[in-house]
Amino acid sequence: MTTDTLIRVENLKKHFGDLEALRGVSLEITKGEVLVIIGPSGSGKSTLLRCLNLLELPTAGKILFEGQDIAAPKVNINAYRMKMGMVFQQFNLFPHMTVLKNMTIAPIRLLKKTREEAEEKAMALLKRVGLSDRADAYPSQLSGGQKQRIAIVRALCMDPDVMLFDEPTSALDPEMVGEVLEVMRELALEGRTMAVVTHEMGFAREVGTSLLFMDQGQIVEKGKPADLFDHPQNPRTREFLSKVL
Amino acid sequence: MAGWFDLVRVKFIADFVKDNRWRYIVNGLGVTLEVTVFAVLIGIVLGFLVASIRSAHEKTGKLKLANAVCKAYLTVVRGTPVLVQLLIIYFVIFGSMPVNKVIVAIIAFGINSGAYVAEIVRSGILSVDPGQMEAGRSLGFNYMGTMRFIVMPQALKNVLPALGNELIVLLKETSVSGYIALQDLTKGGDIIRGRTYDAFMPLVAVALIYLAIVVGLSKCVALLERRLRSSDH
Repeated sequence: MTTDTLIRVENLKKHFGDLEALRGVSLEITKGEVLVIIGPSGSGKSTLLRCLNLLELPTAGKILFEGQDIAAPKVNINAYRMKMGMVFQQFNLFPHMTVLKNMTIAPIRLLKKTREEAEEKAMALLKRVGLSDRADAYPSQLSGGQKQRIAIVRALCMDPDVMLFDEPTSALDPEMVGEVLEVMRELALEGRTMAVVTHEMGFAREVGTSLLFMDQGQIVEKGKPADLFDHPQNPRTREFLSKVL
Repeated sequence: MAGWFDLVRVKFIADFVKDNRWRYIVNGLGVTLEVTVFAVLIGIVLGFLVASIRSAHEKTGKLKLANAVCKAYLTVVRGTPVLVQLLIIYFVIFGSMPVNKVIVAIIAFGINSGAYVAEIVRSGILSVDPGQMEAGRSLGFNYMGTMRFIVMPQALKNVLPALGNELIVLLKETSVSGYIALQDLTKGGDIIRGRTYDAFMPLVAVALIYLAIVVGLSKCVALLERRLRSSDH
């Protein structure tokens, strides 16, 4: 394991009753990497991502975050979750709080920042995604694309070491997909470590630094996005790509 | 016609004016309101506690023993009439102690109401999208913190009207307090009936007072419901 490794997953398994969602997945995410995970529905890609911050508890296997096995019992997972920002398909903004409150509640309560500090950082981030004028709006007053951009900067307010994206554009109207992908592209360009589950193949090819193709709870193929898209080795990968490209 | 009015006047004087009998009504109303308000407070505290324990158990699998106690409490309280609970608390639990009957009634109705409030609050917690809990946890909040800052405020908003209705139900249920010889509003009216042998006026007066309070409270609940819906964010 090199010093650049941020997350290392070893032989991860997850069962939901009789269903084996993950059947022994191993991977490594290095600092600054943008790992894109693609695959058909039910292939386990979302489950894999949700296991990384233990929203799903793995049935077996190890998840090493900065060298520490966070899936082991008695680990304070809350401390690690603060270092892993997560963006959901359904945004999951807090509807009873303004945009600004959404972004500052965790830094104030968990990182013990002062309100001024937290709000200053939040406003700077809002400005970056072009939503400074919506600071006092409630989530119900925002469009889907705006909601997802807020969800991204809400996670960024915690200064995470890695950002996890679980199909961030799948619930959006088509014309709003671009604005969200643009924010993600900028994050990738500034060197953020990201793991992205997506169906956006253009984004995967262009922004991803490595690509995983999953099927039936296993990693079928991995490599550089360009290689994988242009010269898929596995017949299952070829079949999937021929359908989606 | 004039004879009928005279009869009403005579009865009114006998029922409410003579010997200051109106006091049975007014003092009784005071007792009824006192019991209702404090019982509701106990009910809300108890209800939130039980709902929190039950939800935490459902979500995390912890608190097994506490959850079992809560379930037993809900089963017993919701499975027996409130009057029987009141009688048991007064004659069995406080049986050999000199104790203020108002306090007994507050405890009995509070414990009773707590069970219903618990189920209302639990349904409110269940009505909040599970994604809210996940979002809170993913930011690093622990279970309690997520409940406190994210889930509960939304749950509470969803169930405020139902809690208002519980208050209305409780107000009417306290009318059985007379069984432990507590002089609440109903008992007050009944005492007047016993003194004057006129059932109509005192009992209808009591009924009208309950009705007025309930209609007033219902209006408040409806108003609350409308305001919550209009500020739906």
